[in-house]
Amino acid sequence: MLRAMSKGIFEHLKVTLLISAIAVGLPAVNIVSAQDATEEPTEEMAAEASAEASAPNTEVSGDLNFMGFGLGDEIATERVAYAQEQLPNVTLNFTEGGFDAQQFLTAFASGNPPDIVYLDRQTLGTYAANGSFMPLDQCIADQGIDMSQYREVAVNQVTINGQIYGIPEFFNNLMLIINTKALDDAGLTLDDVNTSDWEALAALNQQLTVGNGNDLTRMGFDSKLPEFLPLWVRANGGAMLSDDGRTAMLNSPEVVEALEFAVSIYDAQGGFAAMKAFRDTWDFFGANNQVVADQIGFWPMEQWYMNVLAGVSPDAPVAFKAFTDQEGNPISYSTGSAWAIPVGSKNPDAACAFAKAVTSVGAWTRAAQTRAEMRAESGAINTGVYTANRLADEAIFEGGIVQPIENEAFQNGVDVILSLQENAFAMPANPAGAAFQQAWQDAVNRVLNGEQTAQEALDQAQSEAQAALDEAWAAQPAS
Amino acid sequence: MTAVAQQVARPRKGRATIERAETLAGLAFISPWFIGFLIFTAGPMAISLFLSLTEYNIISPPKFIGVANFQELLTDPRLGLSLGNSFFYALLHVPLTIIVALALAMMLNRVGRAAGFFRTAFYLPSITPSVAVGTLFLWLLNPRVGLINRGLDLLGINGPGWTTDPNWIKPGIVVMSLWSLGSTVIILLAALRNVPNELYEAASIDGAGSWTQFIKVTIPLISGTLFFVLIVNTISSLQIFTEVYTMYFGKQQSGPAASAGLFYNIYLFRQAFEFLRMGYASAMAWLLFVIIMILTAIQLRLGRRWVYEENT
Repeated sequence: MLRAMSKGIFEHLKVTLLISAIAVGLPAVNIVSAQDATEEPTEEMAAEASAEASAPNTEVSGDLNFMGFGLGDEIATERVAYAQEQLPNVTLNFTEGGFDAQQFLTAFASGNPPDIVYLDRQTLGTYAANGSFMPLDQCIADQGIDMSQYREVAVNQVTINGQIYGIPEFFNNLMLIINTKALDDAGLTLDDVNTSDWEALAALNQQLTVGNGNDLTRMGFDSKLPEFLPLWVRANGGAMLSDDGRTAMLNSPEVVEALEFAVSIYDAQGGFAAMKAFRDTWDFFGANNQVVADQIGFWPMEQWYMNVLAGVSPDAPVAFKAFTDQEGNPISYSTGSAWAIPVGSKNPDAACAFAKAVTSVGAWTRAAQTRAEMRAESGAINTGVYTANRLADEAIFEGGIVQPIENEAFQNGVDVILSLQENAFAMPANPAGAAFQQAWQDAVNRVLNGEQTAQEALDQAQSEAQAALDEAWAAQPAS
Repeated sequence: MTAVAQQVARPRKGRATIERAETLAGLAFISPWFIGFLIFTAGPMAISLFLSLTEYNIISPPKFIGVANFQELLTDPRLGLSLGNSFFYALLHVPLTIIVALALAMMLNRVGRAAGFFRTAFYLPSITPSVAVGTLFLWLLNPRVGLINRGLDLLGINGPGWTTDPNWIKPGIVVMSLWSLGSTVIILLAALRNVPNELYEAASIDGAGSWTQFIKVTIPLISGTLFFVLIVNTISSLQIFTEVYTMYFGKQQSGPAASAGLFYNIYLFRQAFEFLRMGYASAMAWLLFVIIMILTAIQLRLGRRWVYEENT
């Protein structure tokens, strides 16, 4: 009890100190030293590092050419502005647009790669394994990047064979988004929405569904295949890939059962084709979205969509809840992006310093603060920013940047996401990331299209994925 | 004798000089194209042939593996699937495009006033960016709210799931491809304009009706052009990529089209740039090249039977 209390006080002190540092304009970039990446940050370390971080880094200079990162919103522009202040002698050259494999590889093959790349953590492994990205161990040591500030799940996603190849950025989690009008119509409450009991979930799906097949006017539940199969597998107590990223487990009973169940959700509504035809008509990003238009009962979705709803339909009849496994534990499948430095980068030191600055507590809090002010000015709901930097999240949500939301549903949504962050899992890093993902997604598609049974499709996927893994690992130097 | 020989040799030498000068001038004129061909076509083809014999992930240097990539082509089930999809598409697309384009060209040929406007109108879709066409048709073909099914609905026809039913994905793509037949229309229109009116008048005097004139006069006289568009459309249909990739394989990773819409060039692109198997992708490219060459050779051989040439 005493231990728990003291830990709570410690956490409180740590956060208070951190917020104080930010409040007086001391970006807490170097909160702790990088000597021990697994070491928990302490307030002493934070104080020392904050003082150090207040001074811009003038040691790095020159041009820094980007790929995959667009200055689309205030979260991007403010963080870049912060990084620019930290690196006054570096010229930042952005090209709009997401990471493009063809563009990157041709640039790489021609000996003119970008200096720094922003890409999905799930695909990073493929490029790292092929030797296109630098291991960042030296960069982390030189720049004093404290890897313990980043969420372990995210760091694991960018770690291949014991070496870190990326600096994690966003941290996306999944939760259930619920149309409360649909529940009201069926005489149900939020308590009836439960993903732990699959039999009850299937019944609830049927209860909330209106119409069938081509006449579907409301989907009861969307199991979000093929992309969320990993969530269903985890909920069923299984895994698709061993923790070391070497052994595919795609045709294990847990995976087969999970796929069969998730597909049965569509079958009960008239099949995947009819459902997709209906889903493609939704005004997904508009004011008449599927919740407002009463076109879906509930579904698992990434957290960013809560922000969309808050912006375009703040009065939508919506509620948020954690997705739970069959044991009743909340779980979340995490995805996100990372910064990586290509081999051949002409300015790796500046790239490393930028990756550190743009993912720092100072950068994130500045962006979150700007968003909060913009939302307050326009009277819009601010659901915050969710990062792979644990300390940044603490500063944003516990430090008062994100104020309590009057709209109870969205406040509840924020609480759900924050509670899920410690329950998140991700696909283990592996050097065959793209091929592995393709194997299981193709298998799901074959089942959805009625070409194969779940067992047949996953048997095929297992052999394809394992072959890709074996080939990719064989090409790796021994750790 | 010597003097005579000299008299004969002089003009010969003069002609040779002129011929050489003309040859050099000709070569100079085609040299920009030829240099471009060497750099942008022949060179990459030669490199691609070399890469097809290697294991190459674009990042590390290529490793020579002999014909292993070609052996893998024989056992790759997705290669057969993608090739089958491409042939299926070509079999639907090529005849339909030629028939519709010919019908439109014949209509345009009869338009007197505003002919220029209509020619422009028919050609305009051809210059629409392929990505825009893909996105546009994803909406037009939507089974529930798309204009195509709404139009069919007005005729009392329950439209198919063009974008969601695996059996209708390829026919949907064929429908989309008709959007860009403007070039074929213009080529056929030019051919129709070259058919002498006297032949129609003579046929008419001989009692030939419209259909007979079309079969006995029009088709033979534009058969050379028909043959050209047949070959060009066959080649382009086997190489379709951008529109389909935009519709089903970008961020979408669409379920229904994962198998049904996997065309050869899409599979090739994924091997090269998603799975980083440029060596295997190069082998695929060469296989497609050989297939197209064989098909073209067959068409050329068969073409001799039905293509009318004025000087024969």
